[in-house]
Amino acid sequence: MENLDALLAEGKAAAEAASDVKTLDEVRVQYLGKKGHLTQLLKGLGKLSNEERPAAGARINVAKEALSDVLNTRKSLLENAALEAKLAAEKVDVTLPGRQPELGGLHPVTKTMDRIEAFFSRIGYSVEEGPEIEDDYHNFEALNIPSHHPARAMHDTFYFDAHRLLRTHTSPVQVRTMEAQKPPIRIICPGRVYRCDYDQTHSPMFHQVEGLIIDKNISFADLKGTLEQFLREFFEEDVRVRFRPSYFPFTEPSIEVDIDRGDGKWLEVLGCGMVHPKVLEMSGIDSEEYTGFAFGMGVERFAMLRYGVDDLRLFFENDLRFLSQFN
Amino acid sequence: MKFSEQWLRELVQPAIDTQGLADQLSLAGLEVDEIESVAKEFSGVVVGEVLSAEQHPDADKLRVCQVSDGNETFQVVCGAPNARAGIKTAFATVGAVLPGNFKIKKAKLRGVESMGMLCAEDELGLSDDHGGIMELPADAPVGQSVRDYLNLEDMIIDVDLTPNRGDCLGMVGMAREVGVLNKAAVADIDCSAVAATIDDTVSIELKAPAACPRYLGRVIRGIDINTQTPRWMVERLERSGVRSIDPVVDVTNYVLLELGQPMHAFDLNKIEGGIRVRMAEQGEALTLLDGSEIKLNADTLVIADHNKAIAMAGIMGGGNSEVSEASNDILLECAYFDPIAIAGRARNYGLHTDASHRYERGVDWQLQARAIERATALLLDIVGGEVGPVIQAVSEANLPKPVALELRHQRVTDMLALEIPSAEIEEILTRLGLQLRANGDGSWMVAVPSYRFDISIEVDLIEEIARVYGYNNLPSNTPRAELPLPSIKESKLTASIVRRHLVSRGYQEAITYSFIEAGLAKQFDDQNEAVALANPISAEMAVMRTTIWPGLSKAVAYNQARQQSRVRLFEIGQCFIANGDDLEQENSLAGIISGNRSPESWMGKSDKVDFFDIKGDLESLFSLGGDASEFSLVADTHHALHPGQSARIEKAGVTVGWVGAMHPSLQKSLDLTGPVYLFEIKLSALLEGRLPRFASLSKFPESRRDLAMVIGSEVSFDSVRSIAQSEAGEFLKEVTLFDVYTGQGIEDGQKSLALGLTWQHPSRTLNEEEINASVQAVVEKLTTDLGAVLRD
Repeated sequence: MENLDALLAEGKAAAEAASDVKTLDEVRVQYLGKKGHLTQLLKGLGKLSNEERPAAGARINVAKEALSDVLNTRKSLLENAALEAKLAAEKVDVTLPGRQPELGGLHPVTKTMDRIEAFFSRIGYSVEEGPEIEDDYHNFEALNIPSHHPARAMHDTFYFDAHRLLRTHTSPVQVRTMEAQKPPIRIICPGRVYRCDYDQTHSPMFHQVEGLIIDKNISFADLKGTLEQFLREFFEEDVRVRFRPSYFPFTEPSIEVDIDRGDGKWLEVLGCGMVHPKVLEMSGIDSEEYTGFAFGMGVERFAMLRYGVDDLRLFFENDLRFLSQFN
Repeated sequence: MKFSEQWLRELVQPAIDTQGLADQLSLAGLEVDEIESVAKEFSGVVVGEVLSAEQHPDADKLRVCQVSDGNETFQVVCGAPNARAGIKTAFATVGAVLPGNFKIKKAKLRGVESMGMLCAEDELGLSDDHGGIMELPADAPVGQSVRDYLNLEDMIIDVDLTPNRGDCLGMVGMAREVGVLNKAAVADIDCSAVAATIDDTVSIELKAPAACPRYLGRVIRGIDINTQTPRWMVERLERSGVRSIDPVVDVTNYVLLELGQPMHAFDLNKIEGGIRVRMAEQGEALTLLDGSEIKLNADTLVIADHNKAIAMAGIMGGGNSEVSEASNDILLECAYFDPIAIAGRARNYGLHTDASHRYERGVDWQLQARAIERATALLLDIVGGEVGPVIQAVSEANLPKPVALELRHQRVTDMLALEIPSAEIEEILTRLGLQLRANGDGSWMVAVPSYRFDISIEVDLIEEIARVYGYNNLPSNTPRAELPLPSIKESKLTASIVRRHLVSRGYQEAITYSFIEAGLAKQFDDQNEAVALANPISAEMAVMRTTIWPGLSKAVAYNQARQQSRVRLFEIGQCFIANGDDLEQENSLAGIISGNRSPESWMGKSDKVDFFDIKGDLESLFSLGGDASEFSLVADTHHALHPGQSARIEKAGVTVGWVGAMHPSLQKSLDLTGPVYLFEIKLSALLEGRLPRFASLSKFPESRRDLAMVIGSEVSFDSVRSIAQSEAGEFLKEVTLFDVYTGQGIEDGQKSLALGLTWQHPSRTLNEEEINASVQAVVEKLTTDLGAVLRD
């Protein structure tokens, strides 16, 4: 028993010296294991007298506990250090680019068209589409533009033959809807349209969104209010709007809408008007009972104003360096 | 329509400046396009008289002139070839400032002192003419400011008139409009009758009275056509964009500009017999004033004599009856033509004239008598002569009828959402020249003057009220409407979902032209004849696409030429397929990929894309609607695709599109760097999805067996899978393919496939014997049907 203190001191020293968990476990086995030094001492108690035994046993147990404490403390210390080292080794450069398939993007014309659609669909307009190769009747006649009408000259039309043409506006979709549905009608008609004109400010193909509302008691004031709100919301600013009399064969009165671009200059952005009674009648709608208004806008023009694009032709070159700017 | 502001202000004097006038016109629907000064800013330029011009001693091209400004004589060195003694010209004195802030100072030219400058038109900003110094008329008062003498303090206003406002295609109409807007009086044009001094007439026959219900003629004999048109008239013509030709033509043009009534003058002695207004014979020849030879169509109205056509009615006169410097006697013409008889005709012959522009839009049908008197009076003043009586041929039955319309006050209120007092409505319409008679029941009968032929129904009157009241003064609110719920089909997808899905897979949306080059269309599609435009803008945009691929392929080439090697594009749009008389136009979705599979990255090099990249994109689209199993790819060949890497896309057994590698020879001819993979599918096929249907979850474990086999390399995976599916029993849950191998250890013409089969029973655990039996059945069938050999 005289060497108990020495043994404990020796065990403690061994624990402190262990540099990893494995060595430390060996120390534990060496002193506290079944055949460990301290365990052996306990086994040697049998040789002592009954009087000596309890005190000696208590001393050995105290020593075992003391060593066990040291071992445990040392163990958590070593484990922490190991974890720290592992974490340090696993450090990544978080500024390296992530792994991803790379996103594409929508065409700015689609983005603009989606945005226009979003406003109107939330106030109950539904989206209607129609054929791009149209007949003369739906593109012109039914819109009060008979073949001799001077307004046809404003439409530089692409023809296939005497009857078929590329639609010059999406208005024929309105006609087809009026033929098929009874009022109330609230629709917008987005799509490609074509005019035989090509220069820096004209593309032979471009996009329009037209809108049509037909109901009882639709007034000129409704037209003004709808379009004023739309323009303010679209441009997200309190843009000044002005309504100017114009002429379209399918509306009466007809209006062109200008916005103030800030420099005091007015810029025409859309055409609209109250649906002409003849157009309603031709599509089988009673023009005494129902009134309505229609509007049409060039999507590229809105996209140009919104995103600051300065050349119309960019929209159809499909240059990735252009397209990706809208992603 | 372009006009001189001075001229307008002579007819009506609104108390607003030029810009105010322009804004007012624009807001009344007569959109002002441009305001332009007649001359640029300059000062110190007077009418000078060249007293003498002598050769410069040291310069061949210069002359030394003595120029008088009325008070003093100055020595001026001038380089113009026409600088000569006796002419009057624009003399910029020392201290003058010419356009561009160019100051005239004392100068020495080759040693000779020069006290000013003689000016050409371009130097004063009057025109681009630099042919020589200006030559002013002999009666120009020496010393007067050139600005005053040439009346240059004037603006040219260009109004872009809408087709309905033909009434404003004359100064009188424009002045009337300005008068209405400003509540200002408008001067009358003196159109009083000019008494005949001779009895001469010609016969006039209306052979097409519906097209020409009124034709007025008048003989004038013994004119002096070689007199000068007065300067004021030339000035007004020129400021309206009309060139002065001779006094007779100038007067007819002047009346056209002033009253809006086109007129024409024939050389009386070239008319054989009399005038016949008739439809042309098909193919009848006529040489026009501009020298062009026309073969007339039968739908064209002509003015003819008893032997030949002498003018295309309402469009242009003929050369065979033209007034020339030798003409002594003329026949004046002033007619009303039905707009429908004239509309579009000029365009059919590639013509557009001031006359056709007006007749197409309509001319006041009661204006002819006044206009012919006005022209007569002007002509007499200028060219003299003896005047015959006005000859009038009229078909009353075919003339338009005076228009009277009912206008309901309530209708005005409803349409404008504003109750405008009766008195104000009456006042506005009266100012416009309409006559109102109250019916006593809140409505009026409104008589429309013949010059407002655009007003034909009640709403036209409401527009006039709104326009004069001011669109911007009318109220504004938002519509009130019923709000029924829309029907939304849950199984339906939208194009927007498809677009966004492709964007998230790295595709950039493109928009290419719907019309393409005919040859390119054929290269991609040998099955369908592309519909051709009758009037294409160019050969590159001549036929309607039957597929989106040509456009997308060109877009890839465009980007590859700009160092963009990795390209993934898609487009949604209509394609056009002619089917006999039917035309199918349906939305298609097409995609194209080329370059590396992944963007360049620090994580390692990327392989080039292959068939299974684009197929994966397609499969992800098939899954969008929740029912990918509806779709299948069937190996098949396509004109534009690699024969070994192409497939038809079927949905429920119906072909809906194609996918594959671009055919190498097509790729080469398009100058594309490979590989390039394409797909195209009818958009509608992707938009019909499936409503999810719940199946209860099994609590029992799955069992899986893997099978590796060697099989002929031509055997499709589809045939392997369908055997597995049909033979593995009803509890087979899934077949996965986890390896395909060719190469070392596998004979040529063979491949190794590794399949994983998973079973699960809804209500119990499947036992070993059952699974083994299923595996056995699959293996036997694969062996007997496909010659598969199981590997250990």
